[in-house]
Formats: sequence, structure tokens, C-alpha cells
Amino acid sequence: MNIDYSKEFEYLVKTYEKTGDDASPLMDSKYDSLVINQDRVLAKNETEGIKIETKKIKDGVSLKVYIKEGIVKPLPVHLCFGMLPREGKQVIKSEFFVGKKSKVKFISHCSFPNAKHIIHIMDSKVHIEDGAEMEYTETHYHSKEGGVETYPKLRGRIENGGRLKEEFKLVVGRVGLLKIDYEVEQLKKSICELDTKVYGKENDRIEIREALLLNGEYASGLAKSRVVLKDKSYGNVLGEVQGNAPYTRGHTDCQEIVYGENAVAYSTPNISVKNSLAKITHEASIGRIDKKEMETLMARGLNEEEAVDLIVKGILK
Amino acid sequence: MNTGYHQNVILEVKNLHSKVGDKEILKGVNLSIEKGEIRSIIGVNGTGKTTLAAIIMGLEGYNPSNGGIFFEGKDITNISLTERAKRGITLAWQSPARFEGITVREYLSIGASKNDVENFLKFVGLAPNLYLNRVVDEKLSGGERKRIELASVFSIRPKVVILDEPDSGIDMASIHAIINVIRKFKKMGTATLLITHNEEMAKIGDKVSLLCDGKVLKEGETEEVIKFFKQNCKICNHIGQIDEELLK
Ligand SMILES: Nc1ncnc2c1ncn2[C@@H]1O[C@H](COP(=O)(O)OP(=O)(O)O)[C@@H](O)[C@H]1O
Ligand SMILES: [Mg+2]
Repeated sequence: MNIDYSKEFEYLVKTYEKTGDDASPLMDSKYDSLVINQDRVLAKNETEGIKIETKKIKDGVSLKVYIKEGIVKPLPVHLCFGMLPREGKQVIKSEFFVGKKSKVKFISHCSFPNAKHIIHIMDSKVHIEDGAEMEYTETHYHSKEGGVETYPKLRGRIENGGRLKEEFKLVVGRVGLLKIDYEVEQLKKSICELDTKVYGKENDRIEIREALLLNGEYASGLAKSRVVLKDKSYGNVLGEVQGNAPYTRGHTDCQEIVYGENAVAYSTPNISVKNSLAKITHEASIGRIDKKEMETLMARGLNEEEAVDLIVKGILK
Repeated sequence: MNTGYHQNVILEVKNLHSKVGDKEILKGVNLSIEKGEIRSIIGVNGTGKTTLAAIIMGLEGYNPSNGGIFFEGKDITNISLTERAKRGITLAWQSPARFEGITVREYLSIGASKNDVENFLKFVGLAPNLYLNRVVDEKLSGGERKRIELASVFSIRPKVVILDEPDSGIDMASIHAIINVIRKFKKMGTATLLITHNEEMAKIGDKVSLLCDGKVLKEGETEEVIKFFKQNCKICNHIGQIDEELLK
């Protein structure tokens, strides 16, 4: 293990734990891990079958992660990206290569606990080879001031029989500005699930694009999003699914809950089929919290605010 | 019938009227329920049973145009849904709400301690290890969902529970479990308003009130009221046109 036990590291670990997750794997040599503050790699640990290459670039770090063919990682790989200062810019350019028939799970945390004005650019490319499986969950922790601009971009390609499950979660602290742009190309019999959960407050702005291009036979995909909009926040979700090959199955499922007087929600499903044997469906709903759900909880003694909190917590879990 | 306040009376509905637009749905309902009593409220579809349940519970959009509701001798006609629940009234809907992401464990901890959730499930005959980590969403069957709802009702130890058609849309095994639970409520001292259009279900009541066209048409001994219901109401398709002769 090669750790710079600086205060920065400790501080990042502390904010990591504020999301309710266990940060101890970042200090445990059994786990693969990478910790980056601003443009500096604070810690890195690699075990068998994985290679993590990092390089300093302007305002950030570029990284390449290789998972060897046939390797099944029993423990998740922990990634932690953060910016402790109040202002600045962080660019993380990453590329993931998941070798044939390998299996890996990444748990990633992004922390901006003091943000007054921070720009965070995540530019990722994912290559999943034949029969490989990758899971990636990304949890954000932002300050309460709404000074973060986050631009997560993903371009993925899943080869035959591969799987990708991607989850993005930003429910603690203010969102600020969030622009998600995910696009995954899927080959034969591949499976992909994109799942985004965001809780907007005050004047937060949330724009989400989730796109699945089902280009190989029997490829299947789900683009799901749950956005809760409080106060005067704004949400705009675009769920794009293309059935371009026979027997492809795709679905986009977007639910936006509006419970601020001045919150605004848009939702656009954009589905297309270029093969008569493909089947693509969509469901989208925008609205208040369900009245019956509210009244059920209130009939057990919760007040209105407590009922809203519980329902929202469930939806964003 | 006892309409005045009496020590054993827990809930009273007095001359309750309600309207939807210009249409009168409840036309002067009177009920007096005792502590621990199982009171069946029977009536064919559209007679106002669910409306009555909603007004007693205090749901949004259901207000009496006349008359009132009294709980433990106090007028609760104008207090909020939450406050009624806190005082000890609750309702189990005919088709209970589904919740995304909320587990049975979390759902049953709303009004009680987490440590008791296993007992709440056992109370309704469900195995805790099979259900505690499941989500209270569409994946539960109708019968499972209704039993979990009763577990949730039990968790807050209400003094009065309104069950709207607890037997509808479920399997036989769940019906037996639900009847069992209602009997256990009685032992606890909880009064049950058992709303149903099924006379078999109504039979477990200590007394039955027959609702017709927004009024209590007949009330009293279980056998007698059910017999009347079978003879006159099941074949009646003239809601709103009570044959005055029948009432004599
Ligand atoms: N929101 C509503 N708008 C219009 N009519 C309603 C509404 N709710 C109930 N009703 C009418 O009130 C009557 C009683 O309904 P309900 O209380 O649901 O009866 P029950 O539960 O006995 O079947 C019915 O004729 C029904 O159509
Ligand atoms: Mg009804």
C-alpha cells in the first residue's frame, strides 16, 4: 500500500462516511482502491488481476483501469474523488477496460463538502468485453450551498453477452447544476441498466440524458431515473432507447416527483425501433406524491412532512 | 340503539351527511360503536360505505355537510387525519397503497419500535424472515399486502380500526388469517368497523349495520340483519329507492 496519510485523506474519508457508507475499505489492503483529491492521487491500492494507471492532467487526473480477462473480483473496487477547497475545477478522465468473462464492481464516491463554486467533470469510457460484467455505483456528497457543477459523461460499449449496471445517486446536500450524459452501445445478448437518483432542492438544476443503443440481437436495456424536485428546482430527463436489431428489448422508466410550489419537471422519452422484431417501451410520470401513499402514512400517525420524507427516501433509495 | 354518550361507547357518528358536488352520498348516518366491538357495516356497492370510512378517518376531500363524529366523547369532526390517528383511529384501505423502496421492516417501524416488527408479522400469520426485507410494492400479492397492512394497523395499537372490504381481492388462506386478526383485535380491546358487501364476512360482527342509499337502513343482531340483507338487498338494484314497506 502506498498511502499519503495526509489530513486531506482523513477529511475525504470522513465525508465519504457522511453518505452512510463504510469507508474502511479505503484503508484495507484487501481492497483495490484509489483516492484522488483535486488533481493529486492520495492513495492507490491494487490487488491481483487489476491495474490502475493514473496521470496528472490539467486540472485533474486521467486514469485507466484494466481488469484482466477471466478475473472475478470478489470484493468491490473503491474509488473516491473529491475537492476539499471551496473553489476550483476537477477533471477526471477515466477509461475502464473489463476483459473477457471478468466480473467487477466499483463503488465510487464523489465528495465536495465545502463547495462554493466547484466544477467537476467526469469523462468516462467503458469497454466491456465478451461475457464480462461490470457494476458501477456512484454516490455524491455535496455541500449545502449548491455551488457544485457536475458533468458526468459516459460512453460505453458492451460486447456480446456482457453486462453493465450503472447507478448514479445524488441525494445528500444540494445538487447545484448536474448534467448527466450517458450513452451505451450494446452488442449481441448484452444487458445494461442505467439508474439515476437525484434529489433537487432550492434552485438546483438537473438535466439527465440516458441513452441505450441496442445494436446487437437480443440485447436488452433499462434506462431508469427517479428525480424528486423540491422548492424551485428544475428537472429535465431524456430517456433514449433505440431498438436497432432483432429481438432487442428496451425500456425507459422515468419518475419525477414535484413537491415544491415552483419546481418544474420535464420528461421526454425518445424511443425508436429500426427492426420489426425489436420491442421498446417507455413509462414516465410527473406529479405530486401519491395521495393514497401520503394518507396511509398519516393514518398511522405521521404528519405531512414526515410522510413526504419517508416516501421520498423510498423512491431515492 | 344507544345514541347518547355512554361509558363503553368509543365512536359515535351523528346524523352524518355528505355531498359530492350536488349529489348527496350520505343522508344522515348514525352509528354508536362500543370499545372492543366488531361492527359489520354491510351494503351493496355504491351505498356509501367507503365514503363513510373516509369521513370518519378525515381524508382529504371528504367533509360532512352536516352532522359530526365523536371519539371518546369528544367532537373530532374538524381535526386532522394525523391527529385522529394519534388519538387511536386508523383505516385499512380496500386496496392498500404500494410504496417504492420502503421495506416491510421500515413500514412496520413507522409507529412503533423496530424491535417489535417481527411480532407484528407473526400477529397476521406471516413469517418474519420471509417478509421483513421485502419491499411494500407491487411484487407482494393482494393477500400479502393486505396482511401487512393489518400488521401495520396492529403496530400502532389503535382503539378503533376501520377495515374497508378486508376480504376483497385475496386468496382463501388470507381470508382466514384476516378473520383471525379481527378476533385478536377484539381481544386487545380494539373496536373494528368491518366494512363489507359479503354476508359471510359480516357474520363475524357482534352486531351489523346495514347501509342503504347513504343511511343505516337496519341495525342489530347479526343473524337477523344478514337475513334481511340476503332477502332484500342482494337482489335490489334500485339504490336510492328504498321500499318503505320493508322498513315496517
Ligand atoms: N369522488 C366521487 N365523485 C363522484 N361520486 C362519488 C365519488 N366518490 C363516491 N361517489 C359516489 O358515491 C356513492 C357511494 O360510493 P362509495 O362510498 O364508494 O360506496 P361503497 O363503498 O359502498 O361501494 C357511489 O354512488 C359513488 O359513485
Ligand atoms: Mg367501497
